[in-house]
Amino acid sequence: MHPVEHQLYSLKDRLGYAADFTPALLDPDRAPPAVISGPNGKTAGKRYNVYRNNVTVGLINALAATFPATKRITGEDFFRAMARFHVRATPPTSPLLFEYGYDFPDFIERYEYAQDMPWLADVARIERAWLDSYHAADEKPLTPQALATILPEQLVDATLTPHPSARILRSRFPAVSIFAANRSEGPVGRIQSSEPEDALIIRPGSEVIVRHLPPGGAVFISHLMAGETLGISAAAALNDYPDFDLSVNITGMIEAGVFTTASHGD
Amino acid sequence: MNELATHLAARASTASRFPAHSIASLAGTSLKHEHLPSILVDDNKRGFFEVHAENYMGAGGPPHQALTRIRRDYPVSLHGVCMSIGGAQPLDKTHLGRFKALVDRYEPALVSEHLAWSTHNSTYFNDLLPLPYTPATLARVANHIDQVQEEIRRPILLENPSTYVVFPQSTMSETDFIRKLVKRTGCGLLLDVNNVFVSATNHGSSALSYLANFPLEHVGEIHLAGHAEQSDDEGDLLLIDSHDGPVADAVWKLFEIVIVQSGPIPTLVEWDSAIPEWPILKAEAAAAQAILDHYSHTSVRGIANASR
Repeated sequence: MHPVEHQLYSLKDRLGYAADFTPALLDPDRAPPAVISGPNGKTAGKRYNVYRNNVTVGLINALAATFPATKRITGEDFFRAMARFHVRATPPTSPLLFEYGYDFPDFIERYEYAQDMPWLADVARIERAWLDSYHAADEKPLTPQALATILPEQLVDATLTPHPSARILRSRFPAVSIFAANRSEGPVGRIQSSEPEDALIIRPGSEVIVRHLPPGGAVFISHLMAGETLGISAAAALNDYPDFDLSVNITGMIEAGVFTTASHGD
Repeated sequence: MNELATHLAARASTASRFPAHSIASLAGTSLKHEHLPSILVDDNKRGFFEVHAENYMGAGGPPHQALTRIRRDYPVSLHGVCMSIGGAQPLDKTHLGRFKALVDRYEPALVSEHLAWSTHNSTYFNDLLPLPYTPATLARVANHIDQVQEEIRRPILLENPSTYVVFPQSTMSETDFIRKLVKRTGCGLLLDVNNVFVSATNHGSSALSYLANFPLEHVGEIHLAGHAEQSDDEGDLLLIDSHDGPVADAVWKLFEIVIVQSGPIPTLVEWDSAIPEWPILKAEAAAAQAILDHYSHTSVRGIANASR
């Protein structure tokens, strides 16, 4: 072997501690790594378990902090068992824990023991969007006055820039009502509705707001957020929802602060 | 842009956004957002707050609003938790960039990171994991510290870890390893006295001899925290660095021994889980402040230096 290659090889060999240390961290069936021990020849079993426990419990706690309504619905034990499966299968790839849990709602949807709560994944999706909104960049929302400067004949071609904190979540279930009832501390009443609900998640100032959108609102705002004109977005909403009320939706979204700037197309 | 505007813009870009509060000889606490309302109405502004850098790496929102507010009134210590300086693989440049942006934005009085690692390949393990102490890891860790210090253009304080296992392949003690890092990189040190006590208990060694071998003259900050008790496979006491309760009596004693020797050093009380009401955490910091104040006129460090 060439001397430089040899040097590189042995360096790699001597830096192999991370590769040796990690495989058993999230796998309780594996033996502790052979590269470690206790002091004075003591065994490392319970000692290594401290790291296992720190990693697993820390990540379960991170999911519990991001998905409090989901946890309240399932109960603590159910949630932690479900989260443990997810943490072991899909540990984070970013050191920023507020970026963890994007795959958790899909996991919930497939989770064997959650099949009798088909709306649970959508509640979790609202909570994941809530945290995105919380950490999104701060910007001042568009004022009604700014929108009023656009001439009526230009309005149909106008486009709007979405607020960095704006998210839309569509659900086949009354996910917004279930989220709202379980996110707060207060008692949870019986949720009577079984109607689909669309959510707008937005933080125009320091508080994240989750709104139940009127019919067609999600289609309308999603098109606008994708850069479509007001005309095309309204037509798309009307096409899917014949009872779509344009003026109610425009007033509602401006009031909620969904957009930051408007430009008329010319 | 006219001449005056250009001049003002140039001045604004170099001017500080915040007052330069001194952190010398102060005790502080971890900043917890549930304490914010109590902190903001507290008239006693003596002290400092330490934040985990990663919690402020989002683009905006309440975390930045809170930290901006706190930074106006208090010195702030920026404590990185997951740079993976002790890791076998290269540092994450994106993460390093985010870290630098926070240093630039908040002008912290202290900047620190850990002698530990948490990322391997692409998985983030969310814990401070241990490393062997060998010439190879020394070279690697020194390079990582150099890289961080070059990026943020100031020295960092490196924190001694709490550990539960040893690597038989290690060829030097932790204090030797740390001394060599200081010499190679010019970094300062964050002495976590609870970690010293936890590790010494777990490894059946003496906390006092660890402190005797620790280069106290390079310590720019001290950490105090609570720990929990478990047992190892042999049934012996195993301490867990849990940060979930008050500082133990033995750790207070070690802290006082350090301060007697070194004079006052900025000292933080960490409490990260089972977080108490603000008055309880504030009282822990006040207890640390009382010890710092008691030894404030005996600059023993100066005497020791003069007698050399």
